[in-house]
Amino acid sequence: MEGLKEIQKLEGHTDRVWSLAWNPLSGLDGAPLKLASCSGDKTVRIWEHKPSNSWECQAVLDDPHTRTVRSCAWSPSGKLLATASFDGTTAIFQDVGDDYECVSTLEGHENEVKSVSWNASGSLLATCGRDKTVWIWEVLPGNEFECVAVLQGHTQDVKMVQWHPTMELLFSCSYDNTVKIWADDGEDDNWVCVQTLAQSNSGHSSTVWALSFNATGDKMVTCSDDLTLKIWGTDNGKMLSSDGFAPWSHLCTVAGYHDRTIFSVHWSRDNIIATGAADDAIRFFVENNECDTLVDGPSYNLLLKKEKAHDMDINSVQWSPGENRLLASAADDGTIKIWELTSVSC
Amino acid sequence: MVNFVRDIRDPEHPYSLEQLSVLSEESITVDDKLGRILITFTPTIQHCSMATVIGLCLRVKLKQCFPPHYKVDIKVSPGSHADEESVNKQLNDKERVAAALENPNLRQLVDECLYSSEL
Repeated sequence: MEGLKEIQKLEGHTDRVWSLAWNPLSGLDGAPLKLASCSGDKTVRIWEHKPSNSWECQAVLDDPHTRTVRSCAWSPSGKLLATASFDGTTAIFQDVGDDYECVSTLEGHENEVKSVSWNASGSLLATCGRDKTVWIWEVLPGNEFECVAVLQGHTQDVKMVQWHPTMELLFSCSYDNTVKIWADDGEDDNWVCVQTLAQSNSGHSSTVWALSFNATGDKMVTCSDDLTLKIWGTDNGKMLSSDGFAPWSHLCTVAGYHDRTIFSVHWSRDNIIATGAADDAIRFFVENNECDTLVDGPSYNLLLKKEKAHDMDINSVQWSPGENRLLASAADDGTIKIWELTSVSC
Repeated sequence: MVNFVRDIRDPEHPYSLEQLSVLSEESITVDDKLGRILITFTPTIQHCSMATVIGLCLRVKLKQCFPPHYKVDIKVSPGSHADEESVNKQLNDKERVAAALENPNLRQLVDECLYSSEL
């Protein structure tokens, strides 16, 4: 049996917390765990796990954003934090020891920027927003960022961008109910849409809010306002053996568990899918290994449901790096909670 | 229940939503046990461009009147708007609602509808 234990509630934001990002190098080699959160209060907060075993706010970044900070993402080196805001800009903060310094501001989107993501090597950054576009920025020396492509294809605002964990593939999901996959076609920064996962391909029937990959990158989960999760798969071997793009296909739909919009989904290293939804609950799903997957395809079972995990909508759930199965959740109630998923022997 | 929202002014007319029959006694249902509110309104015309503004006004007002954990769903009544599905989707996308309320022009329009004493 599994149990979910609340470790600590982090308070400080004065408006809804939209998004969370664990520093990827924290929790490894004895470094303390570190978490960034961003909020409707226009600020970003950095939280750190102290030797006393409590979580403390280490910094409040209240400049330069003038509206909601919707999303944040650490670079793979853990040194830079990118923040996307409804003020139309994306800011880059650098960890300078005791503090964080805004070293760059990326302008270009017509209005709200909704998501930001670094690729695996940290050489590219993607942003997306209400103007229906996805921008790709090249990271140049001296904290310079140059826009190398503006991707058009979505017909409504783009909710989230996420790079594939190993391949140079960019995924975007949208209010237009689709997920699009973008790749450089080999010419000079000529990024094109190589696949669209739409309702006609067993895709979602309403806004797709978020997506997450498994550790090996051959499976992806998407979550939606249509109250379902969908699991997608690709042939990783084919992807690695050739330069060609191996298309993604629908593997299964996880329906009947959520009552309201699913805003966030995150796949753990040990294959547990966590969701955060507008019904204030956190749920965990695992693949069902008992039935005949050759005939029926994979299916996923509810492992655990934590009702009233927060007092209001849950906007983000994120598994921590490091050894322990820690999960952070952020909600409209302005709080963040740190949870531990523990195995309880029967 | 409709008392909470009946005096909101229409964005385009010097009348309240109730006077224009945008709202009626049946418009709002509240489930206190589950903490859920459903409000259905009828725009004055099929192509009402202000439907989303009316929706914003209702949402802001209900947020002021009910405990913060209440879930609010807002819809136009079936068949009352030419773009019913897209209006309903937009009214209930909380990210779009949050962004709209940070837009100074929209915010001013909403505040005028909520606090106008010119009725």
